[in-house]
Amino acid sequence: MVLELTGAEILMSALKDEGVEYVFGYPGGAVLHIYDALYKQEDVKHILVRHEQGATHAADGYARSTGRPGVVLVTSGPGATNAVTGIATAYMDSIPMVIITGQVHTWAIGSDAFQEVDSVGITRPCVKHNFLVKDVKDLATTIKKAFYIATTGRPGPVVVDVPKDVTANKAEYAYPKKVALRSYKPVVEGHPGQIKKAVELILAAKRPMIYSGGGVILGEASKSLTEFVRLLGYPITQTLMGLGAYPATDKQSLGMLGMHGTYESNMAMHECDMLLAIGARFDDRVVGKAELFSPGSKKIHVDIDPSSISKSVRVDVPIVGSVGNVLDEMIKLIKAARKQPDKAALAAWWKQIDQWRAKDCLRYDHKSKLIKPQFVLEKLYQHTKGEAFVTSDVGQHQMWAAQFYKFDKPRRWINSGGLGTMGFGLPAAMGVQLAHPKSTVACVTGEASIMMCIQELSTCKQYGLPLKIINLNNRYMGMVRQWQEFFYKGRYSHSYMDALPDFVKLAESFGHVGMKIEKPGDVEPALKEALKLKDRLVFMDFITDQTENVYPMIQAGKGHHEMHLSPERELA
Amino acid sequence: MNNMRHIISILMENESGALSRVAGLFSARGYNIESLTVAPTEDPSLSRMTLVTNGTDDIVEQITKQLNKLIDVVKLLDLTEGPHIEREMMLIKVKATGEAREEIKRLADIFRGHIIDVTGTSYVIELTGTGEKIDGFIQSLDGKSIMEVVRSGVSGIARGAKSLKV
Repeated sequence: MVLELTGAEILMSALKDEGVEYVFGYPGGAVLHIYDALYKQEDVKHILVRHEQGATHAADGYARSTGRPGVVLVTSGPGATNAVTGIATAYMDSIPMVIITGQVHTWAIGSDAFQEVDSVGITRPCVKHNFLVKDVKDLATTIKKAFYIATTGRPGPVVVDVPKDVTANKAEYAYPKKVALRSYKPVVEGHPGQIKKAVELILAAKRPMIYSGGGVILGEASKSLTEFVRLLGYPITQTLMGLGAYPATDKQSLGMLGMHGTYESNMAMHECDMLLAIGARFDDRVVGKAELFSPGSKKIHVDIDPSSISKSVRVDVPIVGSVGNVLDEMIKLIKAARKQPDKAALAAWWKQIDQWRAKDCLRYDHKSKLIKPQFVLEKLYQHTKGEAFVTSDVGQHQMWAAQFYKFDKPRRWINSGGLGTMGFGLPAAMGVQLAHPKSTVACVTGEASIMMCIQELSTCKQYGLPLKIINLNNRYMGMVRQWQEFFYKGRYSHSYMDALPDFVKLAESFGHVGMKIEKPGDVEPALKEALKLKDRLVFMDFITDQTENVYPMIQAGKGHHEMHLSPERELA
Repeated sequence: MNNMRHIISILMENESGALSRVAGLFSARGYNIESLTVAPTEDPSLSRMTLVTNGTDDIVEQITKQLNKLIDVVKLLDLTEGPHIEREMMLIKVKATGEAREEIKRLADIFRGHIIDVTGTSYVIELTGTGEKIDGFIQSLDGKSIMEVVRSGVSGIARGAKSLKV
């Protein structure tokens, strides 16, 4: 007789066979059978979070820092709804995740049962796909499909909703090695004719510009991109999601582009005659006003998702395919081509770019008696030798981290770019630290963001995660305050963080080390001390200049050439 | 750019929730749906959906791309890109008393409709054709005599030997 397993056992076996290392979760009524099966095995490790949002962000951080899918297990009803923010976060940034949500018994579905919610319905707009498993016989195949869909093509989160009786019922277990879906066949190879056309445009350019995004990291194409860019000698700018795919310290890198990108990046975007977008999606924070965007360039767009192409900006040569494959094909063609880039034109272009660069657009006041947030990040970069994994929350600190921490490697910069989820940084850092136990993981945050998932300090204690939390505490929701200063005549409506906790005591109460740093002179000693505490979480509360704003800035709806540098410099 | 009417034929997995994925996509992205019909095909694992929408070329390009991106969608075709046939079916209940009884029967004949239910005071007429033809029939009736109108929404198929199949 063939051995039959319960649905819960099938689920655990499937996760094991899928090679899952960690599941981030929180138990509850509908998933009790699954937690019982989890208890009886040792292959898959479970990380108990303090809130389901934390579970999804932690799994997300794990996925972003490793390239492997993050796995979440939550109960029905509130378990599932609490997970939604994290699912939407992963969806917007195309992060591979599999989220298993418990559901009430199949016979109770639709009866407004205790802790029942239509999880498939609620998550539909923010998942790549989702499943409701009604029969235990379909469970193993569905899990396989979920991992397959989550990790191939343009990745994304997949929800599998599993009713409680399905986890109790028995079936034969066989985990399929492969699944094929007739309705889902992602295109990987770029069209050769289009690639040829693109290479002709690339080689004919006099003022070329390369703009790369998160797709390069998701597609593990960092090496190909670096080879490609160096082969051509062209300038490259990277999106918030793409940082690290090309080394930031390389001279061909112009830094980030977009609303808070560098002057040289945005000016080069505006003035170029050939724009090659690789694994980037022309997001509104990058493009600004579409009609004013890079007006004089021929545009090439490489993306694995056809719906990303010509969505907000029309391009001349679209190429659907995985960025790595397409770049490798382009490299071959360029090496074999008789025509090579116009050296004189390129030299003139670089001269122009260097003039823009000379503006030193990220310069800030080094003589201030108050701690400048940029200074903290510069020092964090120096003292971690640029080797740390850095997660962030959302707001000013996120932009400063992106500007001042120079990422030379992919998967080191972990932030919620698309959805802009406050509360992401701390739980995401937990997932990163679990995946990279020996590495330094810094969570750059602010006093507003950190409060949104502060409960996860408890999870960090339970699993001994020695995160370094860099709290840039300006007693404001900084980015909200900045916009209110610029666009609402300084009416700071509800952006002041009143009644803040004593973060040192708060950290200590969770069993961690807390530090409060109030003077610029104390920043470096504190960082050094914290980084020495290899096995402790250190919460560093930096009391920073309240009035500091993020520059440069392009106002929403303006063109790249209409940047603002800091006020003092515009007067000068 | 002008808004154009498009008829999009979709073959999709006959799974529960497939329809709501399409409907949800349209509402989430602010696309218009004029009509939508869906039923299983000769292969019970597949459903065929006909969706009538309108939008500029850019929007319709996004609509087809976003539909293709849905995991349950196997294939789709914008019928309006080539010669095609569209049909809609209507069931209409009308008051049929006195002189109007004969008049309505004559009108139904002219439009090649069939009277499929008769009582002493009413008819149910079945009529198939393009939306325009159905509109025409409704307009030719005395508005006061119409009791109930049920329209199926558009079904469509491409002309010629090419077919939308898996």
